[in-house]
Amino acid sequence: MEKRKNPDQVTRLLSGNEAMALGAYHAGVKVATAYPGTPSTEILENIARFQNVYAEWSTNEKVALEVAMGASYTGARALTGMKHVGLNVAADPLMSASITGVKGGFVIVTADDPGMHSSQNEQDSRHYARLAKIPCLEPYDSQSAYNFMIKAFEISEMFDTPVLFRSTTRISHSKSVVRIYSDALNGSTQPGFIRQPEKYVMLPVFARARHPVIEKRIDKIKEYALDCSFNEVIPGNTKTGVISSSIAFQYAREVFLDASFLRLGMTYPLSENLIRKFASGVEKLIVIEELDPFLEEMIRSMGVEVTGKAFIPVTGELAPGVVARLARDHGLEVRYEKEQGELHEVELPARPPSMCPGCPHRGIFFVLARLSKRRKMLTANEKNTTNEPGVIITGDIGCYTLGAYPPLSAMDTCACMGAGIGQALGMEKAGLEDSLIAVIGDSTFMHSGMTSLADAIYNQSKITIIILDNMTTGMTGHQGHPGTGVSASGRQATQVKIEDVVRSMGVNRVEVLDAFDMENLRRAIKSAIDCEELSVLIVRGDCAPVRPRSHASRVVLAESCTRCHNCLKLACSAIHDDDGRVIINSDFCAGDNCGVCEQVCLSGAINIKGRTV
Amino acid sequence: MGTLNIIMTGIGGQGIILASDVIAEAAMVQGLDVKKTDSIGMAQRGGSVISHLRLGNIVNSPLIAEGDADILLGMEKLEAARAVIFLKEGGVALVNNYAVSPSYSKDGIKKYPDDNAVSKIIGFRTEKIHFVEGLKAARSLGNMRAMNIYLLGALSNYLPLTSDAWLISLKSRLPEKHLNVNLKAFKQGQKEANCAGIG
Repeated sequence: MEKRKNPDQVTRLLSGNEAMALGAYHAGVKVATAYPGTPSTEILENIARFQNVYAEWSTNEKVALEVAMGASYTGARALTGMKHVGLNVAADPLMSASITGVKGGFVIVTADDPGMHSSQNEQDSRHYARLAKIPCLEPYDSQSAYNFMIKAFEISEMFDTPVLFRSTTRISHSKSVVRIYSDALNGSTQPGFIRQPEKYVMLPVFARARHPVIEKRIDKIKEYALDCSFNEVIPGNTKTGVISSSIAFQYAREVFLDASFLRLGMTYPLSENLIRKFASGVEKLIVIEELDPFLEEMIRSMGVEVTGKAFIPVTGELAPGVVARLARDHGLEVRYEKEQGELHEVELPARPPSMCPGCPHRGIFFVLARLSKRRKMLTANEKNTTNEPGVIITGDIGCYTLGAYPPLSAMDTCACMGAGIGQALGMEKAGLEDSLIAVIGDSTFMHSGMTSLADAIYNQSKITIIILDNMTTGMTGHQGHPGTGVSASGRQATQVKIEDVVRSMGVNRVEVLDAFDMENLRRAIKSAIDCEELSVLIVRGDCAPVRPRSHASRVVLAESCTRCHNCLKLACSAIHDDDGRVIINSDFCAGDNCGVCEQVCLSGAINIKGRTV
Repeated sequence: MGTLNIIMTGIGGQGIILASDVIAEAAMVQGLDVKKTDSIGMAQRGGSVISHLRLGNIVNSPLIAEGDADILLGMEKLEAARAVIFLKEGGVALVNNYAVSPSYSKDGIKKYPDDNAVSKIIGFRTEKIHFVEGLKAARSLGNMRAMNIYLLGALSNYLPLTSDAWLISLKSRLPEKHLNVNLKAFKQGQKEANCAGIG
């Protein structure tokens, strides 16, 4: 790689994700892969805008990591990005990438979601670094996200290791000022794969020889951690020493004004000498970290006296006010002297998240919710009485998971990408007599629904699978997937058609349905759950925010409305109840793009504004 | 200068994140340190949105502690009331005279608060409550999407940012075809708030 020609710097306001993307570009990344997932999505979206970088939305995180691993083997610098749960999907190749090592710098970004803003769990992905015996870098603002990313590729090559680059929601989605290099490294070295079976073919005989290599590697990185540029001591008083990383460092800086700080940018492995040196200069050593006591336990295991999780929770997202309150209650000196949060208790109506007006998922969930077998089952559940077989709906990850909220209440499970089909199959095989419906999105189906569908076909299941096809990855902000035929950079790509996949796998009963045609949806669902055969229903309709805005709005004709409130059961944020009178907000109504409320109205009281009745 | 802490809130689709990006960019242009962070929940449209923004000589945390915001800009009244926990005693609350009822909630019995209730809730923290006619202004400008920038104009009366910095930022953050109506909205918001003694 050639040297930077122009070290002049300019400043820009960047989110952590934008800074990581720019850092990777300036480090000469050549191949970048990802599966979209909040809060990591914008990393690849931004890389895809750069020239001379290959960027792809991969089918899932496992594939993404494998594609990047292959690129690294040729000497190209490669990056893969995902949210924390994506790293679970990619854990298998992660472990293998650790043992083979790399050729071109290889960075794996994982973005954790403390507080679960948009996730099914909160997990501390730093444990993966320890498990895989690879270094873990944690930026603490956008500037360090940029700087660390450039450096990450260097240490990856220096130590022949993949690097885990761990972000969190607040790092990825906060914006701050970044001084950037004004030119990128030229990464256009000719790719070349040199055959080295003892490094790249992990047969037991070769893998046994590699294991001691990676143990030595992590020892060498430990030595490097002693005075590497990722870690920094910020001198303060000798009374309190704070060890911290990531966004928690920023909160700690606000709260412990005059303390000494050891800010760790490399949180795995730790240099014992560095920790001991810092600890010996302060009277009381505390660790402020979000989620698990990852640093704290390692430090304690060195025999260093330390506290942290004694007063900082392992659950939820931290915030400066939270750290201040808990530290003060623990007898520590903090900046915020008095309780800041006190307020008279006021009850305000909640604004729960709901599907957008015009969402193609609303109609089908309404149909599912109103199935008489399901309604009877829910009533029996409430009264704790036994009932005839009902309808169980296993769910999946996507906007449509919002169908679990009342008033729809039309989802009974949600675990992880692709789980719904397997769960329905398991319930069936356990002998459940209820009708079983698995709902899954189009992107999720591509991600990990195809393998469970094969399982269902192979094992002669009779469940109903509904693929909610909005022809995009909706929840993360409209990214492509194989079913869309559009690449990460917005170019035409080869489309993998869902109905073709399903039919060719061997499903005979496949129907493609218009997501806004309520009567047809009702018919199709009923016949699917009544028949003794595996059915796949593909419910297709454009994602509301990507459709051109319709300026027509529906209105409620007050004189015809019987106030049955059937329309309110759609949970459309454009429809609300004003003291029993139903009102449709014309600023939000999707108008000609939807029409579901008009179809569910029992008294013909909903119509398009201005249309003659 | 010390740190100036601003909370902006409203519902998805109102352009809160864009508005806070404009402030942050203007602060950067002027050579200040600035950090911001948004919470957008799961819904694309219609959910609660809150943006924390801090500017000053050195800013550490992008998140503002409860009771530590100097200014609260509520682009929707219920959300303004909800976010008042962040406002400091005697801080400034700018509240857009715009209400969007939640469609459905389990606690549907709770009524949408009227203006008196909103004022009372915010009044627990401050007497400096100003209602701003963002909806009316956006309708008169013929563009509902300019409401956020109109409100930004009103807010600008409280911020130590030059008109040059605002202009550079607005130009860099807004799509060119909507720039003119937004510049007009910004100036109108600034002027009308000024005339109303806001700032």
